[in-house]
Amino acid sequence: MQTPASFEYERATSVDGVIAALKKRGSGARVIAGGHSLMPMMKLRLAKPEYLIDINDLTELSYIREEGEEIAIGALTRHVELLNSELLAEHFPLFRDAEQVIADPVVRNRGTIGGSLCQADAAEDLSAVCSAVKAKAVIRGADGERTVSMEEFHVGPYTTAVGAGDLLIEVRLPLRAGAGSAHEKVERRAGDWAIAAASAAVWMDGGKIAEAGIALSAVGLTTIHLSRAEQLLKGKAPTDELFVEAGEIASTDCSPSADGRGPVDYKRHLAGVLTGRALRRAVSRALHQEA
Amino acid sequence: MKVSISINGENVSRDVEPRQLLVHYIRETPGLTGTHWGCDTSNCGACVVLMDGKPVKSCTILAVMSEGHEIATVESLEVDGELDPIQAGFHEQHALHCGFCTPGMMMTARALLDENPDPTDHEIRTAISGGICRCTGYKNIVAAVRWAADHQAAAKQEA
Repeated sequence: MQTPASFEYERATSVDGVIAALKKRGSGARVIAGGHSLMPMMKLRLAKPEYLIDINDLTELSYIREEGEEIAIGALTRHVELLNSELLAEHFPLFRDAEQVIADPVVRNRGTIGGSLCQADAAEDLSAVCSAVKAKAVIRGADGERTVSMEEFHVGPYTTAVGAGDLLIEVRLPLRAGAGSAHEKVERRAGDWAIAAASAAVWMDGGKIAEAGIALSAVGLTTIHLSRAEQLLKGKAPTDELFVEAGEIASTDCSPSADGRGPVDYKRHLAGVLTGRALRRAVSRALHQEA
Repeated sequence: MKVSISINGENVSRDVEPRQLLVHYIRETPGLTGTHWGCDTSNCGACVVLMDGKPVKSCTILAVMSEGHEIATVESLEVDGELDPIQAGFHEQHALHCGFCTPGMMMTARALLDENPDPTDHEIRTAISGGICRCTGYKNIVAAVRWAADHQAAAKQEA
């Protein structure tokens, strides 16, 4: 039987309460939301929090709504809600692409966007999705709130800008004209982690790509931000040759390791192919040409 | 710490360690051993129960996290000797070999039909994709859920 090590438990009733508890308990405290990453780690004793703060009652952190020029997603929003959101599907269809293939429907009833991002597993899809759409993360700590880009958010493997006394509150997605996006993933079987996955977003202007965002999952120690490929696409008309070239950058700039999911050369090849596919679909969607 | 959880409509209270998993609470406290404890890693789906009507993996939720929620286990399906259409479907379509995955499969299927009374085979397969049947009897499980959907609809029409 796998059971976590002993800990004290508190059910949070407010965000301020969480911040206060984190401050009081120090680095031994951990926040639990859906728990589908943390609980397995606790059972394996890879995580041994002394004090667990359950934020599942903080429904004020569960929402997907339009606020001015942004879509705001509360950190406690569950995968199933991201999957079913028409607002997200309209503006950022890559969320639905990704959510159809994240874990399985039962797990999606519990797991949250905040938990996924804070876990920062390089093979996790939402980290790449949020990177591609240039999301911003709102983090609250004892000294107040700060907003960081996804590049700043991803500090290292399983490490983010959310520090020991912090709570991720919200993810904000900027709404701009001409947007299209897609997420492409290849997995060994239903519900598995990706062998590789690519998230792409484009913002079209007058038939050209004004800006692009591309990120990869599962082909490196962290989510890979493909800034070289983003630069390449900027200001160019979308062509198959251009997508192939962006894919070649993806193959070069990722750093996969060989494991049961495949050897390095295969994963590099796959990262390139998926980047091309995601870009093609993102542009089609931006131009409303998707069949 | 003291925890009080509604399981199949009955309030079940006990002093437990915060680290106790919901699956063990269900099996040990009210003694409802229909919910199976399988992989321990949220991969196999044998432990699926409904939490406020939604299927969840009870090996990956703490008992203390379940306080204040309505839990429904496989034992809640049969009412007054009458099988739920899902159970009848599993019986009719021979949807189990060893039966270990069955409680999780049935609760997942029950939640699916509650939300979508006429699912396609693809929707059924997607819904049960969080459960593993090591006897690989998926085809009959899909047929059983289909059977339940059809008979449930027919029963409603008669009523």
